[in-house]
Amino acid sequence: MDHFARLGLPAALELEPATLDRAYFARQRQWHPDRFVAKPPDERARASAEAAALNDAYRTLKDPLSRAVYFAALKGVELPGDGKTIDDPELLMEVMDAREELHEASSVAEVDALAAFAREDLQKELATLPRLFLANDKPAIRKTLLRLRYLDKFAEEAKARRTNLGKS
Amino acid sequence: MTLLEIHEPGETPLPHAGEGALAVGIDLGTTNSVVAIARDGKPAALHDETGKALVPSVVAYPAAGGVQVGDAARLLMTREPRNVVASVKRLMGRGAADLHAVAGVLPYEIEPGSGETDMVKLRIGGKARSPVEISAEILKALRKRAEDALEKPVERAVITVPAYFDDAARTATRDAARVAGLEVLRLVNEPTAAALAYGLDKGAEGLYAVYDLGGGTFDFSLLRLEKGVFQVLATGGDTALGGDDFDRAIAERLLAERKTDGLADTVDEGAVKTALALGRQMKEQLSDRDQTSGRLELSGVPSFHALGRADFEAMIAAYVKRTIDIARHVLTDADMKAGEIHGVVLVGGSTRVPLVRAKVAEMIGKPPLTDIDPDEVVALGAALQAEALTGGSDTLLLDVTPLSLGLETMGGLVEKIVPRNTPIPVQLAQEFTTYQDGQSAMAIHVVQGEREMVADCRSLARFELLGIPPMTAGAARIRVTFAVDADGLLTVSAEERTTGVAQRVEVKPSYGLSHDDMADMLYDSLEHAEDDMARRLLTESRVEAERGLLALDGALAKDGGLLSTEERAELDVARLRLQTATKGEDRDEITAAAEALETLSKPFAERRMDRGIREALSGLSVADLEGRVGRD
Repeated sequence: MDHFARLGLPAALELEPATLDRAYFARQRQWHPDRFVAKPPDERARASAEAAALNDAYRTLKDPLSRAVYFAALKGVELPGDGKTIDDPELLMEVMDAREELHEASSVAEVDALAAFAREDLQKELATLPRLFLANDKPAIRKTLLRLRYLDKFAEEAKARRTNLGKS
Repeated sequence: MTLLEIHEPGETPLPHAGEGALAVGIDLGTTNSVVAIARDGKPAALHDETGKALVPSVVAYPAAGGVQVGDAARLLMTREPRNVVASVKRLMGRGAADLHAVAGVLPYEIEPGSGETDMVKLRIGGKARSPVEISAEILKALRKRAEDALEKPVERAVITVPAYFDDAARTATRDAARVAGLEVLRLVNEPTAAALAYGLDKGAEGLYAVYDLGGGTFDFSLLRLEKGVFQVLATGGDTALGGDDFDRAIAERLLAERKTDGLADTVDEGAVKTALALGRQMKEQLSDRDQTSGRLELSGVPSFHALGRADFEAMIAAYVKRTIDIARHVLTDADMKAGEIHGVVLVGGSTRVPLVRAKVAEMIGKPPLTDIDPDEVVALGAALQAEALTGGSDTLLLDVTPLSLGLETMGGLVEKIVPRNTPIPVQLAQEFTTYQDGQSAMAIHVVQGEREMVADCRSLARFELLGIPPMTAGAARIRVTFAVDADGLLTVSAEERTTGVAQRVEVKPSYGLSHDDMADMLYDSLEHAEDDMARRLLTESRVEAERGLLALDGALAKDGGLLSTEERAELDVARLRLQTATKGEDRDEITAAAEALETLSKPFAERRMDRGIREALSGLSVADLEGRVGRD
């Protein structure tokens, strides 16, 4: 069962957070282990597995990027595993430049500016996805998702760098 | 009109739940513990005879023998410092590698465990005791308080733990409950419990924060409350930061002032504990006034100290700032801003310190919520959850993992499998491969923490997956699965998937407590149960013997004339033997003496009975007798 089906939602790229929450809460009310404390072990195990699967589905579909990656996989667009080398030379250059900039940034303000750029870019790229899926342009979907994944990672790194700068 | 009730699977209310099988909520705190019970959604803390809800989390093993918990134990703190343990929660699940975190904080002789993941032990009352068995004593005392107050056996509980408690500390807490004879229905994070206590009462909705500064731990959590759903969004904290640090700051100041005054103190355990106790007292006084003073007497030499609030606040400013930093970090984690928070709940006695309240208010931009006693709020929430779990309820607690869980990979790096703040229960897997041709085994090292290097994280367990079929490097597919249950406890399993011959290893990290240790402890508690039983039997036979003696004395006074002088002398000897036996500890002797006396007094009893009957019958006709029988 895919994550959408598990939550009783139609498989779609776009999903309202409130709709997702409603579906998730309703199913957790049914399956959360707290509802099975006094049940026989096999029922408890089943509830625990179901609740874990619901949590996995919720986590995957909540974040727009991970939802897009998951939806793309359902449509047959596979991305290289996390942490694998980027096979797009243009993107590779961009990543290396940006990392260097982040590394050289010496103030919280500089890091914040870089992170803000990345987030802005991220929103822009996300907005292009519906059109690409509509056209079923798989190479373009793949390219966009790869760039989105890098931007997301970059924002995370900026957050960590900011925390470190804040400490000293 | 009566509607037929239809329940969702798993939501069917338990039949006959509640009767006889009470479930309580327990806040097992660093400084104080509280036990509470909820009925019909109304929680109440259970008090002792003097009306106190707080049980100091202090355990004493007095030289005179036995175990004391709470106020009684605290009284012994300065007199027998070596036999008294406080703040043992700080050592729950801690191994030798963690000792730096507590070194110098706890004035105990600490013995590192033998292995890397073995829990430390304390040398208390001349015996090495693990934090688990010491905590179990506190739980036993709370259980007893609950049973006394409710007049029913209590065998199940929801116990709270700091959200930031790692896997080792959670397991240790569960183990302590087991030793105390309590089944843990659920371990609930303290901030979540606090939110529960507020949420149900006030019907709150929106984003809430819980700022929990206890004696030894700090937690900051963000929760979303919505129509009975308590969703924890992010949590963070420090397991070695709390009000005890404030006490210590003052104590250090006091000892330094004595030194400046030229008093040559030997700063031993007793001196430190005395100074800490005064430090705590002065801290508490400074919550209500601007200036306080105290008298410290060490080795019979008194000294007098004054402390102003401003001075005190300067001493603790760094600790308070650290809590605010952690809180901001949690907000960043959840991509939230302080301004979005509807309200912040204060938990823990240390939130009574005015500087703490001021800094929290400053960060959130609104005054914190304080209408439930910060010392009781966690236990009240736990009691509500205990009722919900046993009696059914509409409330839903959706909690998260407080710390990331991962594996050691090449070069001592950590590969995170379950990131922190992942909703639980959860099951996540990742595939790894071999790095050498023909590699037949893979070492799996499970760690917990946020750092990139294994050395900076907490080691939870190590195991080896054996029997990998010979393949070229990188061909094997080893799937490692991490499962975290609703209590936040982890199970790790690994299997090789390419060959169909799946090797599967499952490890439940026992962190710190070897199975032998656990067995010993259970055995000890059984032994004690035996002691307890023996004591009860002894008391019972004493009571019975005394009742017999009393009856005999009455009979002798009335009908002593029925006995010859010889018989009377014999009876007196046997009577004395039983009287002496009841003053001793030997139950068998009491029983034997009671039997001897009974045998000896049998003829006397018979004669008395005969005489009684004769007296009753004398002067009565058969008709009278029949009439009497008929009437009776």
